[in-house]
Amino acid sequence: MSTNKHSSYREEAQKGIDSARLQSNLSNLQNRFGKGVMRYWEEMEDKGMRSRVKNARMRTFEHLDTILTELAKNVRARGGQVYFAETAQDAIDYTLSVARKQKVTKVVKGKSMTSMELDIDPALEKEGIEVVETDLGEYIVQLAGSTPSHIIAPCIHMDRKQIGELFADKLDIDYTDDPPTLTLAARKALREKLLSADMGITGCNLACAETGHVSLVSNEGNIRMATTMPKVHVALMGLERVVATLDEHREALQLLTRAAAMQKLSTYVSFSGGPSKKDDPDGPEEFHLVIIDNGRSKILADPEFREVLACIRCGACLNICPVYGKIGGHAYNYPYCGPIGAVLTPLLDGVNKHADLCKGETLCGACKDICPVNNDLPRMLSGLRQKLAYGSDRWNVKQHNLTEGYIYRLWRTITSNSFLYRTGVRLGRLIQRPFIGNNKLIEKMPSIGGAWTKDRDLPPIAPKTFAEIWRKKQRLKPTPAAPASREEK
Amino acid sequence: MSGKTVSLFIQCLVDTMFPETGTAMMTVFDRLGIPYDYPTGQTCCGQPAFNSGYHHDAAGAARHFIDVFEDAEVIVCPSGSCVHMVRHHYPELFKKEPEMHSRAVAVGEKTYEFTQYLVDELGFTDLQAEFSGSVTYHDSCHLHRGLGIFSQPRTLLNNVRGLEFIEMTDSDTCCGFGGTFSINYPEISTAMVDEKIENILASKAEVVTGCDISCLMNISGRLSRRKEKIKVLHIAEILAATGRGDR
Repeated sequence: MSTNKHSSYREEAQKGIDSARLQSNLSNLQNRFGKGVMRYWEEMEDKGMRSRVKNARMRTFEHLDTILTELAKNVRARGGQVYFAETAQDAIDYTLSVARKQKVTKVVKGKSMTSMELDIDPALEKEGIEVVETDLGEYIVQLAGSTPSHIIAPCIHMDRKQIGELFADKLDIDYTDDPPTLTLAARKALREKLLSADMGITGCNLACAETGHVSLVSNEGNIRMATTMPKVHVALMGLERVVATLDEHREALQLLTRAAAMQKLSTYVSFSGGPSKKDDPDGPEEFHLVIIDNGRSKILADPEFREVLACIRCGACLNICPVYGKIGGHAYNYPYCGPIGAVLTPLLDGVNKHADLCKGETLCGACKDICPVNNDLPRMLSGLRQKLAYGSDRWNVKQHNLTEGYIYRLWRTITSNSFLYRTGVRLGRLIQRPFIGNNKLIEKMPSIGGAWTKDRDLPPIAPKTFAEIWRKKQRLKPTPAAPASREEK
Repeated sequence: MSGKTVSLFIQCLVDTMFPETGTAMMTVFDRLGIPYDYPTGQTCCGQPAFNSGYHHDAAGAARHFIDVFEDAEVIVCPSGSCVHMVRHHYPELFKKEPEMHSRAVAVGEKTYEFTQYLVDELGFTDLQAEFSGSVTYHDSCHLHRGLGIFSQPRTLLNNVRGLEFIEMTDSDTCCGFGGTFSINYPEISTAMVDEKIENILASKAEVVTGCDISCLMNISGRLSRRKEKIKVLHIAEILAATGRGDR
């Protein structure tokens, strides 16, 4: 799903860079949460927790079929219904069939990245169903006709002035940029929707196989209302969201709220355990759990990328990534943005299609450091780049850039032979001559080099390379102090 | 102190564009009485190809590097990212070739970054250097996160006579170089280096230094385009200085 299908990563990135508002918001966000979480990891007493959770996640993946079967069994035992959706369309079709059967006219949504991945809203709206986001950030983005630009903070690209104007326009209130007043206005509008909706659609932060329940975290309480007030609750879950035991669930949940918002626990944690019963009146009349594959089993099957499924969607990598911090979430052109999006999106939606996501990072490694489950995102980005470099049948990837391929083949020949390398350096020294400016720097280069010299100067190849200086020094030395250098190979 | 002869691993950028960094390293080794040698067959470690995804082509450069450096007692390089490449990525490149893999691991284990070798392996903290001026330091990503080098350069800088060390804000945030990233996504790269430069300038230091010439090339290239006055020096050049007009 996307609203900016036709603009490239670079164009959207430039828009983000040019937005003073976005730059300031992202800088505040990263200073507070990115740095805060890194400090927490350094100071936390239980240093083994992160790898424990990671190991538990990876262990679960080894037996995912049986663990999902157990989850389904336990959900059904509580009176819930479970549907395994192979594709996004299957998940949409199932949800629509439930909506039709229950004659649903209004859906309230809890914040769900998976629902964005499925792009389920237009399908519901086509059936004449009103769809309302109830997470405040998502609600603002929906009213604005925009898309989320952060996994946890969807409207980080907006400021309160814009939100004030939006609310004045859409909610028919007097303009104000006072956050409490705006929040109250949203609350009032959302209460009406929550009270009149007949279906709640949420995601699933974690599902516990042992108990057969789904856990959802929020800080606004909207999810609790969306899951209990409408008569039907549909929880959309990527098949990797499952944890085997309640014990593993506890630790994963703790890491999630810490990494996401530096909270010991989020303000609300909702455990949805199925429909209400005679002796247990809380909950909806119907509970449906949709367990979605949509490309995940392909990731599961590839050891190179499997660990990306261990992600608990905390968004911490966005809060530290220096690239995301400059370009914002819209450049990623998919619901999952930032470093996690750069790895996950190509795997789910096509490596060639999202080549810029694979290549558009510096591999600085900050995302790896902050990841609560130690996911090595730079390694996987490098792996994706390899697929683009040479093509891959397994991932249905075509060689991305044939010219680049030839250049690196030539580069390989040159770097594998010191005579060719030295000759190349001498040749470069001749070619660069016309480009050296008065300040002894290269200020303008043709072709791809121009991308460097657009904003930066470049020192030329030196009149004497280190190797040449060394040779001269050796010649001048009567008896070498150090052992003679090895022959050129 | 170890009597091992150091094989100088002079990364391609230092060799071709910043030879003064290499000679500064020799000056330091001469002063400390560390024997060294320069295997003239060396070319490039393969990092540009590796980071662009051309792992098979990077393996070609890696094979050559291993051939050239295999007999070295110890290998020292004035660049963290190249050492990270040799130590951590070479073994990955040859994971399906057991013999090459063990050769790669052996070479990787004896490859050190310049400040890391001096402080961690040889136990130096004071190199008897003298440099007058205030200096701030940029933590290069692969050096810091990949090799865990953080305190070593600071220790050495803090013991330079006449040098006032100033920490900049976010010294460990990426400068935006990222190899071919800076050419493929110049606008993002520039936005990143500009933020780095704001932090450098805010430190009010006269010199910015680091242990990785590629990041310094990015920073200095942008500084010079912006016509900023602050000077950029590789750490070896500061540590080589003795205050006798050799700055």
